Amino acid sequence: MSVAGTPIEEIPLSLRGPAPTRVLVGYGFWLFLLSDIIIFGVFFAAYAVLSGETAGGPTGPQLFDHGRVLIETACLLASSFTCGMMAIAADRRARAGTYFWAIVTMALGATFLSLELAEFAHMAAIGAVPQRSAFLSSFFTLVGTHGLHVTTGLLWLAVMLAQIATLGFSPAVQRRLLCFSLFWHALDIVWVGVFSIVYLGAH
Amino acid sequence: MTSDPAHSNDPAAAIPRGARRYRGRWLTAAALPGLAGCHRTGVLDPQGPVARAETLILADATAIMLAVIVPVIGITLAFAFWYRRGNKHARRRPDFAYSGPVEMVVWSIPVLIVLFLGGIAWTSSHELDTAKPLKSDRPAINVEVVSLDWKWLFIYPDQGVATVNRLVVPAGTPIHLRLTSSGAMNSFLVPQLGSQIYTMAGMSTELNLLADKPGQYPGFSAQFSGDAFSDMRFTVDTVAPDRFAGWAAATRGRGKLLDLPAYRFLARPGRTGTGFYGAITPGLFDTIVADGTKWPCRSQLSDDPNTKGSARAC
Amino acid sequence: MLGRLTWNAIPWSEPIPLITAGVIGLALASIIGLILWRGWLPYLWREWITSTDHKRIGVLYCGLALVMLVRGFSDAIMMRAQLALAANGAPGYLPPDHYNQIFSAHGTIMIFFVAMPFVVGLMNFAVPLQIGARDVAFPVLNAVSFWLTAAGVLLVNVSLVVGEFARTGWLAYPPLSETAFSPGVGVDYYLWSLQISGLGTLLSGINLVVTILKLRAPGMGYMRMPVFVWTALASNLLIVAAFPVLTATFAMLLLDRYCDFHFFTIGSGGNPMMYINLIWIWGHPEVYILILPGFGIFSEVIATFSGKPLFGYRSMVAATMVICVLSFMVWLHHFFTMGAGANVNAFFGVMTMVIAVPTGVKVFNWLFTMYGGSIRFEVPMLWAIGFIVTFVIGGATGVLLAIPPADFVLHNSLFLIAHFHNTAIGGVLFGAMAGYTYWFPKAFGFKLEERLGKAVFWCWLIGFYLAFMPLYVLGLMGATRRMQHYDNPDWQPLMILAFAGAVLILLGIALTALQLYVSIRTRDKRRDTTGDPWIGRTLEWSIPSPPPAWNFAVLPQVDALDAWWVEKQRRHDGTEAAAARPFVPFHLPRPNPTGFAAAFCAVVTGFALIWHIWWMALIGLAGLAAVGLRQAWQTDTEIEIEAEDVERFERAHLAGAAA
Repeated sequence: MSVAGTPIEEIPLSLRGPAPTRVLVGYGFWLFLLSDIIIFGVFFAAYAVLSGETAGGPTGPQLFDHGRVLIETACLLASSFTCGMMAIAADRRARAGTYFWAIVTMALGATFLSLELAEFAHMAAIGAVPQRSAFLSSFFTLVGTHGLHVTTGLLWLAVMLAQIATLGFSPAVQRRLLCFSLFWHALDIVWVGVFSIVYLGAH
Repeated sequence: MTSDPAHSNDPAAAIPRGARRYRGRWLTAAALPGLAGCHRTGVLDPQGPVARAETLILADATAIMLAVIVPVIGITLAFAFWYRRGNKHARRRPDFAYSGPVEMVVWSIPVLIVLFLGGIAWTSSHELDTAKPLKSDRPAINVEVVSLDWKWLFIYPDQGVATVNRLVVPAGTPIHLRLTSSGAMNSFLVPQLGSQIYTMAGMSTELNLLADKPGQYPGFSAQFSGDAFSDMRFTVDTVAPDRFAGWAAATRGRGKLLDLPAYRFLARPGRTGTGFYGAITPGLFDTIVADGTKWPCRSQLSDDPNTKGSARAC
Repeated sequence: MLGRLTWNAIPWSEPIPLITAGVIGLALASIIGLILWRGWLPYLWREWITSTDHKRIGVLYCGLALVMLVRGFSDAIMMRAQLALAANGAPGYLPPDHYNQIFSAHGTIMIFFVAMPFVVGLMNFAVPLQIGARDVAFPVLNAVSFWLTAAGVLLVNVSLVVGEFARTGWLAYPPLSETAFSPGVGVDYYLWSLQISGLGTLLSGINLVVTILKLRAPGMGYMRMPVFVWTALASNLLIVAAFPVLTATFAMLLLDRYCDFHFFTIGSGGNPMMYINLIWIWGHPEVYILILPGFGIFSEVIATFSGKPLFGYRSMVAATMVICVLSFMVWLHHFFTMGAGANVNAFFGVMTMVIAVPTGVKVFNWLFTMYGGSIRFEVPMLWAIGFIVTFVIGGATGVLLAIPPADFVLHNSLFLIAHFHNTAIGGVLFGAMAGYTYWFPKAFGFKLEERLGKAVFWCWLIGFYLAFMPLYVLGLMGATRRMQHYDNPDWQPLMILAFAGAVLILLGIALTALQLYVSIRTRDKRRDTTGDPWIGRTLEWSIPSPPPAWNFAVLPQVDALDAWWVEKQRRHDGTEAAAARPFVPFHLPRPNPTGFAAAFCAVVTGFALIWHIWWMALIGLAGLAAVGLRQAWQTDTEIEIEAEDVERFERAHLAGAAA
């Protein structure tokens, strides 16, 4: 009952034998992202439980600036688009295009981060620090963890540019760019959750 | 076919028959001394309706589970013995890997048992909900409980007294408990009277118990709370109902006042024996609950270098 | 300069940790000395420390587990001795602060550094072999995972001699684990070592899921996977879903402790109950992570040693995946007594019982596998029968505890302790010992000595019953857990009986070590020349023992369940011998120091964070970044294996087997 000679398209995926490396890496990284989203899930749950525990201190509506959040969101969503453009360029092995779109992505990400840091600094200045109340602890942790991920992403992208410069568009570098894209888009999804639940949901 | 491993063993000798059954005997042998018991204590000696109901559930559920696991263990040992390689009388069925009827039975038995026990779980959870008041002709006695490091404080708001490490209650009377903690989580448990409940700072939990007859029942914390945890023992002193009022009256006016400063003094880490307060500030328990969220904790109160910590609020 | 670290961190005035540390230090020094003197270091570095081979990594995990079993068990026997002595006002020999560290360390080590590595190691070793793969999906990540686990082990052991361990129990509930109640370094040791090893575990979970789903041999569809692979899949899916919860929860507790946040503090709006919920949302799946591979091992063992296919394969698969999903829906049964109310308690009680259904189904299916079989009582089969009897009792007491009002009197009592040791020892440990014995010849080319193996089994079995049946009774008599002393003299005889049981288990552990030594010395008597010493059914028995680095000369073409058994039948019947498929070249990953280096940096970082030595922590993190960057620029990561190399090996192996 051998399957020799059967064209591969007729063999179900689960019977084809070991998958190519690109599939393994993409699938594995996606699983990792799901686990990361569960970490965010826990922080969201903690926020939901603790969002009312202001301990007599500042509340969400008192602190949140929806205008700033709107700009942050625009930056992040745009950066997902530019990341996609970068992926297309990388696919075509177009170095200039890849660098260009990567740098635009980094700029948008950096803008997001600086706006967020400004928000944190302002809150700290008026005493709305995470040590003040459980609400603020959970706010800073949830939003801060997302910001840490964005920071890590920007550093990663910088490393990827160095890798393209030194190693070219090797299969390994392409796989890593795929992983970066997945990561960057997932961060966008998490941000949608953040601004919906934290900023828009504050009452 | 590949050959057998180098050594040969007579499979029947591998598990001597005596040893297999001996294992079961060890089980009961280990259990009997306790159960036949010199002094029956704990769950085996219920002294109130809550404890009795819970012990009954335990006994019934145990019987049901034994009805399952004893045959299962028996079949395991029987199959292992009968189908050993050396047994010439056993009928071998090397292709018997599926049977619809067997599957049906094999899924149904656990499902039925779980349906039955699940029903018991559902109804008994509601009947024995710790917050549910107990039915009785007598009105309930209110006791407010605070778990401290490492002692128990019992406040009797209606009698205006308080005790430490000794809970005095009238027999045959529902006891309505409200509980909190000064800091770490503890759990109030008197096994002979029934259910336990956690005590947590900054909030109060609720428990209803009843002791049928006069006696002394040991109580303790069932949730680990630090170094002198094993010393957090108290006694439930159940007295005849007419004697309870007498005891409360005798205690009132004797001894110190339990107000917030006295409470905070008591809350300092350390062991204590039994004690009492002859007067209490009204509403002290609610103050203690609210205080739980504000009062700086163990590390600041202690002089013990092992527990001394930085001056941070909890 | 050195944060909170001073010379006082070493317990100069406490003989027990000092002597223990001295003994361990001496042993380590001797071993390292021996390695250096005999010149084994290059071999060890090349073949083991930097290995990316799943078989080597699996052996390392299991070895780590067995070594930590000694540490975890020492804690246990110290506890049993203390309780045998400390009746009726007697203080025993362990003061409370010491005793409290010991039981916290015991639980932490047994779950995280014995059970987890043992189970992960067996899965690492056997799963690629059973699915006809050459290695796991991400071999370098696999090495990283192992070494991060070892880093956690190192930190926990360092706490014995530098500083202290947590005194909070193995789950470190707040408020007790908050700075205000635990100002020392103990909880920080606990948290950082588990964060580090937890990351390793998560990465291993991802690795094995991708391996199982994407690296199976051609033709091995899902319903042709061995049951152990199914249980490994379920277990690793649970790891990927549950361990992030642990990481996030510990992160929040760390923020509370280090940065004065208020997640779980008593004041400022913190909520300790939230910690308990979150930690058990991880904690319950964790116990299924441990037991499911055990179930899988027993499925393999019972089928193999009964000479029959596993009964009800589809049921077993369905039951496994149902357990996987349901394990996330029962967590509240760990704290019925926290006061969530009747409806919530009842719901979780019922769900807990529902999860007993697929477990019961599995037991029946094992019994019907034995039915009509021709049972050989090799050591793994003894463990299997001991497991069925023992685990069924543990499961039954679990069902009892699942009824909330019953739990109201038994929660946190010695009855509970007896229940979970019943399932953990009877299920996880017995499963690990069965797997260890079963796959040992595959890993090393010779079987373990049988008589000692049987002695080990009997010591564990009888020792377990002696040690834990009294605890059921004590729990019913009103004894609670984590007691350092008690005043009821009636309890003492049972405590002494329990101590006797622990001594018997100690004998079992000692015999395990002896068995390993004797087996190695007399290995020629029990060589596995055919690769199939147990008359197995699954693919790992179709390759030599030990297997070559590439596992399979040619990836098998699978068309049935129990692929190796079917293949043997075909050869025996003379039907359609598999057409000799040609050898093809392939790549294997090179040895890689990334795992070891990353773990080294993790230990430095962890230690620095524990003691608040911020500059050292930064150096550790920089090291991690450097290791990562170096790995990113590695281009020569694989060895090419030529078809001729494989052919030569195969011919030599067949010649050896015929001899």
